Amino acid sequence: MPYPISLKINGRNYNVDVAPDRLLVDILRHDLGLTGTKESCSVGVCGACTVLLDGQMVSSCLLPGVLVNGREITTVEGLAQNEELLPIQQAFIDHGGFQCGACTPGQVVAAKALLDEIPHPTEDQIKDWMMGNICRCTGYYKIIESIQAAAAVNP
Amino acid sequence: MFPASFDYHAPTTVPEALRLLAENGPDAKLLAGGHSLLPAMKLRLLEPGCLVDIGRIPELRGIRREGQTLVIGAATLHADIATSDVVRQAAPGLATAASLIGDVQVRNRGTIGGSAAHDDPAADYPVILTALDASFMLVSSAGARTVASGDFFLDYFTTALSDLEIITEVRIPGAAASVTSAYAKLEHPASGFLVVSAGVRIERGADGRCRTARIAIGGLGGRPFRATAVESALAGHALTPAAIAAAAALAADGSDPDGDAYAPAEYRRHMATVYVQRALEAAL
Ligand SMILES: Cc1cc2nc3c(=O)[nH]c(=O)nc-3n(C[C@H](O)[C@H](O)[C@H](O)COP(=O)(O)OP(=O)(O)OC[C@H]3O[C@@H](n4cnc5c(N)ncnc54)[C@H](O)[C@@H]3O)c2cc1C
Ligand code: FES
Ligand code: FES
Repeated sequence: MPYPISLKINGRNYNVDVAPDRLLVDILRHDLGLTGTKESCSVGVCGACTVLLDGQMVSSCLLPGVLVNGREITTVEGLAQNEELLPIQQAFIDHGGFQCGACTPGQVVAAKALLDEIPHPTEDQIKDWMMGNICRCTGYYKIIESIQAAAAVNP
Repeated sequence: MFPASFDYHAPTTVPEALRLLAENGPDAKLLAGGHSLLPAMKLRLLEPGCLVDIGRIPELRGIRREGQTLVIGAATLHADIATSDVVRQAAPGLATAASLIGDVQVRNRGTIGGSAAHDDPAADYPVILTALDASFMLVSSAGARTVASGDFFLDYFTTALSDLEIITEVRIPGAAASVTSAYAKLEHPASGFLVVSAGVRIERGADGRCRTARIAIGGLGGRPFRATAVESALAGHALTPAAIAAAAALAADGSDPDGDAYAPAEYRRHMATVYVQRALEAAL
């Protein structure tokens, strides 16, 4: 049975009818065409599907859309404002924070959540916060450097 | 991966949720954070035909003190328990355990009631809640009952909970200045779940000596293992480094863990002594 839900995604209101077993990651990617968010493991382990739910980072692959009815979602598409990348996005480019890019939308959203919570994290805080975001390419140091570079321009 | 299709209900009160469970029979399951249930459904280990979402029931969420008892609603998030000043003060070991669960994404969705009901032998809450002598308030349409952690966690993925009951709250006694607690965990390097962990609760007398100790160890079997040998060795004694080390050495006495490729039984037994000692040191 389709279930009507309303969501605010990246500042825009959406009303969609979804089956209860439709997961947020599939609603974003397939129903709404917001393909920035990636799905990799599909069981909450890798962080590729990370989005912000009312500002808190969550795995959209384990979140049936019906559970987030009425709530606010931010995806990687919602980070840049007026075509201008956030410092954390620019830092991933400048510091080689990605290679294949499969994990990157999740990494960037997670890093944005970190810098919102802790504007100047220590290296240990970065590692602790980002441990749910797995990358097969970069060896992680470049991701940590990218986050440190973005933190350095934080007030 | 996709779960099999299911019907969905979002009650806003406990009686409504109980009615939905009863009406839908064994095909219905409660859904809290979905961080154990959804992976199992996607892997087709479970195919419930109906999910009753308890995330919209306000009375199931929240942390409060009732005198010397810390009361935590079953649908309270790991993240809220990890960062709560009330929990840190009343039961610091519980805050530590919550902060060591999974990663930030898991802690932002998973709930204490879901973890207790799921009862994974590698989960953190069963261990620390056993050490803290917590009890569970279980409610069904027939009424409410309170079950102590020692009678609640029975075996691998097996608890005293029936299909028609909801855990409404977790109650932790003894929030007093004389009582302290701690949790120490050896994590599996890939999964982050515990290999071995220890939860300790120490009550001290006015003379600073240990009056009583409760110690539970994870990773030694299907349910948290009460290290009674350590508990008796500490009771009545001054908590000197030597006394702690001597008592911790008894941690695995009487246990008979199953080993696996990553952690053979002897390794688990040895790590139990190491992590009980670390938890005791952290508690003091
Ligand atoms: C990547 C990953 C890593 C993890 N790492 C850890 C870890 O290191 N340590 C750890 O302890 N856990 C870990 N977990 C498990 C996590 O803590 C889960 O959140 C938890 O086990 C289940 O809680 P939930 O709220 O998500 O429950 P759900 O998945 O919604 O439900 C689990 C079960 O409990 C039942 N249930 C839920 N609430 C109630 C209630 N109030 N009354 C009765 N029954 C109820 C459901 O019907 C279901 O059978 C991890 C999970 C993931 C995905
Ligand atoms: S795809 Fe969601 S955590 Fe891996
Ligand atoms: S950049 Fe390839 S997986 Fe991270």
